[in-house]
Amino acid sequence: MTRIDAKFADLRAQGKKAFVAYVMAGDPDYDTSLELVKGLPGAGVDVIELGMPFTDPMADGPTIQLAGQRALAAGQTLQKTLDMAAEFRKGDDTTPIVMMGYYNPIYNRGVARFLDDARAAGIDGLIVVDLPPEEDEELCIPAAKAGLNFIRLATPTTDNKRLPKVLENTSGFVYYVSITGITGSAEAEAADVAPEVARIKSQTDLPVIVGFGINSPEKAEAIAGVADGCVVGSAIVGELAKGRPVNEVLNFVAGLSGGAHRA
Amino acid sequence: MSNDLFNSFMTGPDEKGRFGDFGGRFVSETLMPLILSLEEHYEAAKTDPSFWAEMDDLWTHYVGRPSPLYYAARMTEHFGGAKIYLKRDELNHTGAHKINNVLGQILLARRMGKKRIIAETGAGQHGVATATVCAKFGLKCVVYMGAHDVERQAPNVFRMRLLGAEVVPVTSGRGTLKDAMNDALRDWVTNVHDTFYCIGTVAGPHPYPAMVRDFQSVIGKEVRWQLAEQEGEGRLPDTVIAAIGGGSNAMGLFFPFLDDKSVNIIGVEAGGKGVNAKMEHCASLTGGRPGVLHGNRTYLLQDDDGQILEGFSISAGLDYPGIGPEHSWLHDTGRAEYVSITDAEALEAFQLSCALEGIIPALEPCHALAHVAKIAPNLPADHILVMNMCGRGDKDIYTVARHLGFDMEGAPEGR
Repeated sequence: MTRIDAKFADLRAQGKKAFVAYVMAGDPDYDTSLELVKGLPGAGVDVIELGMPFTDPMADGPTIQLAGQRALAAGQTLQKTLDMAAEFRKGDDTTPIVMMGYYNPIYNRGVARFLDDARAAGIDGLIVVDLPPEEDEELCIPAAKAGLNFIRLATPTTDNKRLPKVLENTSGFVYYVSITGITGSAEAEAADVAPEVARIKSQTDLPVIVGFGINSPEKAEAIAGVADGCVVGSAIVGELAKGRPVNEVLNFVAGLSGGAHRA
Repeated sequence: MSNDLFNSFMTGPDEKGRFGDFGGRFVSETLMPLILSLEEHYEAAKTDPSFWAEMDDLWTHYVGRPSPLYYAARMTEHFGGAKIYLKRDELNHTGAHKINNVLGQILLARRMGKKRIIAETGAGQHGVATATVCAKFGLKCVVYMGAHDVERQAPNVFRMRLLGAEVVPVTSGRGTLKDAMNDALRDWVTNVHDTFYCIGTVAGPHPYPAMVRDFQSVIGKEVRWQLAEQEGEGRLPDTVIAAIGGGSNAMGLFFPFLDDKSVNIIGVEAGGKGVNAKMEHCASLTGGRPGVLHGNRTYLLQDDDGQILEGFSISAGLDYPGIGPEHSWLHDTGRAEYVSITDAEALEAFQLSCALEGIIPALEPCHALAHVAKIAPNLPADHILVMNMCGRGDKDIYTVARHLGFDMEGAPEGR
């Protein structure tokens, strides 16, 4: 049982929806980013998605593209992202951390070495955008063997015929992408999302968390209301990009988590 | 090289889209169903005689195929060694080999009922070819082009706009081909229902590398019968050579010869300012290592952290930090040899082609020609070398003028 499984069991017992926050590791610099990550649980974040910066984030809109560029310009590397997680773990042994990004930096490090290092750093799960089920033997299966959850994205284009394949090796939770598009673009609509979540839940007992297109406490409440929780990324990253101090960004996050937890 | 390597090099990719360890389908879940649908439609079209009949008709009457296989007598005499033939794909409609592939993909898009075509382009040749075929068939066309390339390839930008395409300058990254491909993928993931992504080279997720190769293979197939006509039945080239960015013109020339053991195969990468530690080049095979980008595993220019590096080349068409996965496989198996040529060497070859053969070449094939200049003098007179002259140089005259210090009044400012 990973920290992710434990967290969702706990939320379920409390009858609460999950609030998941995405931040880009190293944006705008290592120290600020670490301070922000450390503050997330206090702002009501149940699961932290720690973005691994990559030069070519093909599924991301401008907000997260720029965050990645800022992080890389400030010297962020995969090693530093692992260091950041380990540093966070020293003060928090329960909040799950999911590393999210693209495959090449992991492949470049070597899958076995990466998985060892990720476990040692207290990472609980992985979301790797460019690894569909067709490439499961690359990382998904080795990660499961190493005791890490591999969280798969399901999308509006994942039809019923394909859904079992997507769910097959997924663990932790299912991340439903609410729109066809990139991060931070269109807004998610609860009326569109509800039947899709129901469709996925008819085929799995895993929690279904909805992300993409959620940018306000009201939207978080509406979307979390039709799922097991929601993810906010670009809106938080965007606040940081405005130059807001960490405590103000955390206030913004607290507003979002409040929305999700009201659902 | 051992003989067992020669069982066959022409059976790839496998059902997972792999050439050995290279290739694959490294895309987001949103795109995966689209890629599977494309594969299904392509597999059906590939064995449908009516699909190829339509291709042949358009190749003949619209593109102007077969392109000539031309014996370059003065070049041969100048180098004083191998007998040099140029495959004149620069004479195709739109001025390069790119249209061979575009026609195939657009016919497929029509079969799939897609009304909106997107493409990425570097030098603009693929963008122009896509805009051209879209105009012919009345399809909406959107071309993503790095902002830096929009500047240095102004004539092609204007041509695309004349042809009715929307050209979107891409400012992310350094604004070259890699970034244009990122934005094209972002468009596709957003417009999944009506849009067909027409990739310009033998890269991207399966089935693109195999499909684009199949469409471009018309080049090598023509060379086989054309050379037999000119040199006698059964005569094969001793060496085939082509320039490589993503590698589509090269794959098109090489593929039909992969199982002919006697044929040397040489791919020429863009060496920019020289393949050295400063990475001011685009030679993925000679200066990179395997990684995953744009849907496939292949050789990439990357740093120690697995971040992708920007290439550098005088030629916008070669300015890409990756290479088609089949080339990576041919490289690792040793079936093909890969070398690199610098900007300066390519410019010298450019002038040589103009002076000796009256052919103004694109900067891309000049890289191949520069390597011909290195090896031809040392080869015997009965050694037949076929080089793919894959594009013409109209688009490059401003760049070349600037490098040669020639002041063209009214020329667009370049960098």
